[in-house]
Amino acid sequence: MYTASDLRKGLKIQIDGEPYIVLDFQFSKPGKGQALYRTKLKNMVNGNQFDRTFRSNDKFEKAPLEERTMQYLYSQGDEFHFMDTKNYEQIVISREQMADNVNFLIDNMEVQILLFNDNPIGVTLPNFVNLTITRADPWAKGDTSGSDSKPVTVETGYELQVPPFVEEGDKIQIDTRTGTYMTRVKE
Amino acid sequence: MLNKSGLKKRAALIQAIRRFFIARDYIEVDTPLRLPVLIPEAHIEPVASGDHFLQTSPEICMKRLLAEAGCEKIFQICKCFRKNERGERHLPELTMLEWYRTGCDYLSLMDECEDMINEVARATGHRGSVPVQGHIVSLEKPWERLTVADAFVQFAPVSLNRALEQKTFDEVLCTHIEPQLGIKKPVFLYDYPIELGALARSKKEDQALAERFEIYMAGLELANGFSELTNQEEQKKRFATEQQLIKKQDRTSMELPQKFLSALAGMPEAAGIALGVDRLAMVLLGTATIDRVVSFTPEDL
Repeated sequence: MYTASDLRKGLKIQIDGEPYIVLDFQFSKPGKGQALYRTKLKNMVNGNQFDRTFRSNDKFEKAPLEERTMQYLYSQGDEFHFMDTKNYEQIVISREQMADNVNFLIDNMEVQILLFNDNPIGVTLPNFVNLTITRADPWAKGDTSGSDSKPVTVETGYELQVPPFVEEGDKIQIDTRTGTYMTRVKE
Repeated sequence: MLNKSGLKKRAALIQAIRRFFIARDYIEVDTPLRLPVLIPEAHIEPVASGDHFLQTSPEICMKRLLAEAGCEKIFQICKCFRKNERGERHLPELTMLEWYRTGCDYLSLMDECEDMINEVARATGHRGSVPVQGHIVSLEKPWERLTVADAFVQFAPVSLNRALEQKTFDEVLCTHIEPQLGIKKPVFLYDYPIELGALARSKKEDQALAERFEIYMAGLELANGFSELTNQEEQKKRFATEQQLIKKQDRTSMELPQKFLSALAGMPEAAGIALGVDRLAMVLLGTATIDRVVSFTPEDL
């Protein structure tokens, strides 16, 4: 059990059977008055955010969360199949839950899956992934238009801006948190 | 950790406070930090120290000096300890300035606060005004005086009585009122409901009000002062109420400070005030958090 004085940024708690993460936390207390713990909470399942004020004697449970390393196997329609690398247990995650992660997912990739009461609620990819460019306009030597980037498409179908010298078939590193180009990777 | 220039500024501030009280013939006292019993306070939790407690304020000992040692004007700058108080404006170990004067009430104490803070502000390089949190707060006397009831009318979505009934006084104060107080000039928020002034005298004209005030500058609470309650029986009753509130929170309540209660019999009419020195430093040194005005925060240790 946590009490209000345990509250801090990043703490994960359970309220009414749902997991929440504390995004923002402020302690306030009139000298002679009651302590108020003002928080901004985010529901870890549906992403809803709201403000809530707690008092000293409020108590809450730890959110029963578990993070497991899993390997991406395949997708079928809107379902993405993963396998626990330790016990080979398989789970399915919906496209909606995958969100932008689908842009960077490749076969056999190892990801972190967050489970709440054994139900998957979130996927975290490695911060950087290497993907092959499947479509890019050729680099026109002597191009003086001054543009310092061009659009390309990578193997997952994701489109992004890269420097003009990057070409079709090249492998590039992408930051999965921002979706931006980092560098060209030599094999 | 505070750097050398910060430490120097803090020292200048504390020395200016001392000079002010010494010039006004106050005796500087230093009373024990560890006490066998403390004043029962519903919303202040003490830290145990062996079979004693660390003081949450020097109030008990200082009032006994008025009642039993014949002192008329005393001040003290000391450490106070309050469990679980940590935030941008709170430290579990804070520096408190308390001063007491016999033969006066809370109104004359307000005047003295105006003088003291003006003088300390000058000593820390301010000329009649202080920039606080993006506002220029003028220190020109007289400062604004606002009753708690009027503050609720002006700033709160509920009336004072409603907030008391719903037990949301502190929440409404923190959320709706405090941020509006002391923007152009410091504000004395005064005449608290009697149940919120456990050690304060009730107002002669209205027994439902306590002669208590707080000072606010740019939304920051700086000090709490009042006309001292000197009636032993009344004080016992108020302590009993606080003890009940403490029990409701599953906190173990300690024995009543009997020597203090006995001393009240010989206590002259007086007024006293506790001012958070770290808070005053935040205002006068222009920092957004209390961390930036102390040599070490708990996390630095």
